[in-house]
Amino acid sequence: MAEITINAKKYQVNSGITILEACNRLGISIPTLCHDDRLEPYAACRLCVVEVKGKKNLQTSCSTKIRDGMVVETHNKRVINARKEVLDLLFSNHPEDCLTCEKAGGCKLQDYCYEYGVEEGTYVGEKKDYHIDDSNPFYTYDPNKCILCGKCVRVCDELQCTNAIGLGNRGFDSKVVTPFDLGLATSNCVSCGNCVAVCPVGALTPKKKEKYRTWEIRKVKTTCSYCGVGCQIELLVKGDKVVGVEPARGTPNDGLLCVKGRFGYSFINHSDRLKAPLIKRNGEFEEATWEEAYDLIIDKISEIKEEYGSESFAGLTSARCTNEENYLFQKMFRALIGTNNVDHCARL
Amino acid sequence: MKAVFFDNLAKGGNKMEFKFNWEGNKERVEQLNSFMKEKRYKKGALMMILQEAQDLFGYLPIEIQKMISKELNIPLSEIYGVATFYSQFSLIPKGENVIGVCLGTACYVKGGQDILAKIEEILGITIAETTPDRKFSIDATRCLGSCGLAPVMMINDEIYGRLTVDDVEEILNKYR
Amino acid sequence: MMITIEMLNEIKKKTLKTMTLRLEKKNNGISSINKENVSDKKHVLICGGPGCHSSGADELKKRFEQKIDKEELTDVNVSIAGCFGLCESGPNIEIYPGGTFYSQVKIDDVDEIVEKHLCRDEVVERLLNEGAIKEENIKPVFEVDFYKKQEKIALRNCGIIDYNSIDEYIALDGYQALAKALTEMTQEEVIDIMKKSNLRGRGGAGFPTGRKWETAFKYEADKKYVICNADEGDPGAFMDRSILEGDPHSVLEAMAICGYAIGSDQGYIYVRAEYPVAVQRLKTAIKKAKEKGLLGENIFGTEFNFNIEIRLGAGAFVCGEGTALMESIEGKRGMPRPKINRTAHKGLWGKPTIINNVETLANVPPIITKGAKWLKSIGTEDSPGTKVFALGGKIKNTGLVEVPMGTTLREIIFDIGGGIPNGKKFKAVQTGGPSGGCIPEEFLDTPVDFASLGKIGSIMGSGGMIVLDDTDCMVDIARFFLDFTVDESCGKCVPCREGTKRMLEILERITKGKGTPEDLDRLESLSEAITDSSLCGLGQTASNPVKSTMKYFRHEYEAHVKEIRCPAGSCQELLQFFITDKCVGCTKCANNCPASCISGNLKERHVIDTEQCIKCGTCMEVCPVGAVIKK
Repeated sequence: MAEITINAKKYQVNSGITILEACNRLGISIPTLCHDDRLEPYAACRLCVVEVKGKKNLQTSCSTKIRDGMVVETHNKRVINARKEVLDLLFSNHPEDCLTCEKAGGCKLQDYCYEYGVEEGTYVGEKKDYHIDDSNPFYTYDPNKCILCGKCVRVCDELQCTNAIGLGNRGFDSKVVTPFDLGLATSNCVSCGNCVAVCPVGALTPKKKEKYRTWEIRKVKTTCSYCGVGCQIELLVKGDKVVGVEPARGTPNDGLLCVKGRFGYSFINHSDRLKAPLIKRNGEFEEATWEEAYDLIIDKISEIKEEYGSESFAGLTSARCTNEENYLFQKMFRALIGTNNVDHCARL
Repeated sequence: MKAVFFDNLAKGGNKMEFKFNWEGNKERVEQLNSFMKEKRYKKGALMMILQEAQDLFGYLPIEIQKMISKELNIPLSEIYGVATFYSQFSLIPKGENVIGVCLGTACYVKGGQDILAKIEEILGITIAETTPDRKFSIDATRCLGSCGLAPVMMINDEIYGRLTVDDVEEILNKYR
Repeated sequence: MMITIEMLNEIKKKTLKTMTLRLEKKNNGISSINKENVSDKKHVLICGGPGCHSSGADELKKRFEQKIDKEELTDVNVSIAGCFGLCESGPNIEIYPGGTFYSQVKIDDVDEIVEKHLCRDEVVERLLNEGAIKEENIKPVFEVDFYKKQEKIALRNCGIIDYNSIDEYIALDGYQALAKALTEMTQEEVIDIMKKSNLRGRGGAGFPTGRKWETAFKYEADKKYVICNADEGDPGAFMDRSILEGDPHSVLEAMAICGYAIGSDQGYIYVRAEYPVAVQRLKTAIKKAKEKGLLGENIFGTEFNFNIEIRLGAGAFVCGEGTALMESIEGKRGMPRPKINRTAHKGLWGKPTIINNVETLANVPPIITKGAKWLKSIGTEDSPGTKVFALGGKIKNTGLVEVPMGTTLREIIFDIGGGIPNGKKFKAVQTGGPSGGCIPEEFLDTPVDFASLGKIGSIMGSGGMIVLDDTDCMVDIARFFLDFTVDESCGKCVPCREGTKRMLEILERITKGKGTPEDLDRLESLSEAITDSSLCGLGQTASNPVKSTMKYFRHEYEAHVKEIRCPAGSCQELLQFFITDKCVGCTKCANNCPASCISGNLKERHVIDTEQCIKCGTCMEVCPVGAVIKK
């Protein structure tokens, strides 16, 4: 444990953690655009700067470890001025289209500009002027809105391990690019959308089927049904309609998803989707209740088992089921039906 | 797709149409391959290999970057990032003669900018560009460490010092 | 091959015989010539420094040898050595004994020198360096003003030894320090000497070298690295280049000593690719040191192994920053890392790493042989030793000088540098390159050391000193440096990437006459924010050129924004063209003016309507009598 003073109050915190981590635990909010606790500290956005007594310059809280006896100021005038200047600089090189921006409401740059009273980008001069990359079917990349926090690149590299995008050029001309800047469609991008999930601004946005604002939706946490990993997702629900999916933090996926879980949600609202079991009666499928459906299955199984024996059954289960479900399925076949004819699609 | 690529290049260079000639570069490709074999297990070999490729081909062709990516098992996005970070790497072919006009402080206060302007005027290209006949390209060069001779320019490995604007034409003519 | 100390001393003894004449230079004229030991009677020493080398030192040497052959002079030797320092007057040569100093020697002058000086002992007066003649007396090179006040540690061998000869390096006590460290001292003792000497890093920040070494020594690791930072990128500084080219072994020896002290067996030299000559000489030096067993396995028969590899930069100034340099060696984009751990703890490939710059390393061997007290007897208490400066810009003697710390700026610029040429007035001296500041005349008596320069808003930096005269506009100089920083910013952190760009844009507006008084306040607040919140040294110091010029030359900024006038007459777009009474009324200017804003009758003085003038300068070009001026 270490004793530190933050904003004139003394705290006991675990040693070995960063100032940012300590502040998060203590409920002191520090702005940051480039930090992600799953990644190595990057210290690029400089918003999380704090004043550490004895240090000449401001220190980034994301990359400075707690030392016993440390005295930290997180919101004094000097710190706030520096943050304001950083926000002003960022916004001066950013489109001023918050009214129509898809990210409005969920944009960290917008939130912090609001919090720190930065009303406009006051620096007049060269602004980014790039083509929007619309070549990916699932998301859009607008480099003009990019603030170069590098999260997308680092997630793609360190967590997703696809390395589809990287940083190109340097200095003011730095840009997040695919190799040779040929566009996302030409790269080895797998459309997992994990870059989209971490983008703090509107540079990477999912292509939406339906317009919505962040404040219009509620989030429903559920398990992705595409495979047995059991990724936790948040369905974005507007009214009674699912309009998007976001990865949830925590086990097992910790904020990551694949293309299916992330973007393959439109079946939910599809008109062909089955919402109740169907039973064929008189050559036509008719909606039935689950009880009716289960009864019919049990009846048919018993009938066939009696007439043709257990070995007349074979069971094939799906990789979309969990291990537990697969276990129960084989147990049902072996113990209940009495056959070893059971297999799994992943083995084929 | 090509359009995006050239659009990006246009920021730093002129629009040049070119295609990598595998057949004509066969020997150089082999040379690069054997260089890679020799160095690939050295830590941090990428820079060395890109430098060798830049020397061999005069630029870093896309095709060669892809080859290096495959051989070293380094993602192409990373190679492209390195290639565009350092000013000595070029994505467009450089001229036979590379002119570096020193824009260091000592040269600046002694008129280096005028020398550059004169060269640009004569050749009709600017920094990071190559003449259409591929005879010359101009590099922005920071201090060549010959401040005693300011203003200075370097053509290939040759240094020309104590320049005046009137010297430029004659020196360039030596390389035509 | 394994080398012993006896063998080292044998080489020393043998080689010294061929060097006796030249040693007069090292000993500042005190001739300790033991006649029996002299193997030659005359020695022609040609400067092969960066400037003189490109002005044809190699051809000079060849011509000398041919002519000497022709004259059948058997006891004259010719050699090329590293930089003599006085680049202004190159190509320079010196002839020993006597130290006659010839300057601007052309290939056609060689025959005359041989015939007169070498054959008949007659000095060729017309070729003597300007400073070598005083009141008709001929002074030897070591009494020329430029050299008199200098004291050489880092450059001790530059300009004396043949850079390609390891034997000559050994003759002047080379590799004795390594031998002493390896065979007589423990690792702790080496670090202790370094700590006591208080040698501070010459690359800019001035961090105590010994303390750095101690940190790396303390951390246990399976691998440790020594890096020589030879990515000399400060425009206007070329001392590292001169050391690498003139005395490469001093760097190799120091790296090996550092390797021994911290427990590392691998060194890297990261050199700018813009220095091909230095790279070549380093390669030769490493090869020769390996052949002699001074690098490699079991050096001096001890357990100590050390190898050195050269890695080339590829044109990125930011790679002079330690962590960016490491990223670059690792084959990545040279973007600085967040400083979570010191590099002496976790550096290259996450291992304890010492990174020292060339000049710092060149200081190490003499400290080991002569001791900490010796270094502390030179320079100041806080900054012991010497510092090499590269004098450039509007100064008479451009070149390299090495002076004890604490020498005043005035002594360097006026006594050694010879002052401002062409009858112009001194305005400021820019020290520390893009990270430094401009120092005005009132501070010329400031002693040069780490603390004093910091106090007046500049830094020592790597030692570039660009002198500015009254025709240099200070706003434009600030703009020049910001242009450099914007170009070289890696783009990682916001203040540097976006902030320096905005600062440059403001400065550009001011130098074009479009600035406003509010812009000045803006510059000030932005400077503070960039310094306070940037990630690495490049960003943190990027605003120094602006801050210092605003502090000392605010009136120039104000003239630009309030009167739309450039007091130095340097900002093109703020100048106005006038026709003086020299005008003969030839009408040429009026006829050629594209804006038709010149009026006047034939044979009468013409007038320019400055409101309409587009400042193209055509009138000035066509005027046959030079009557058009701009101010």
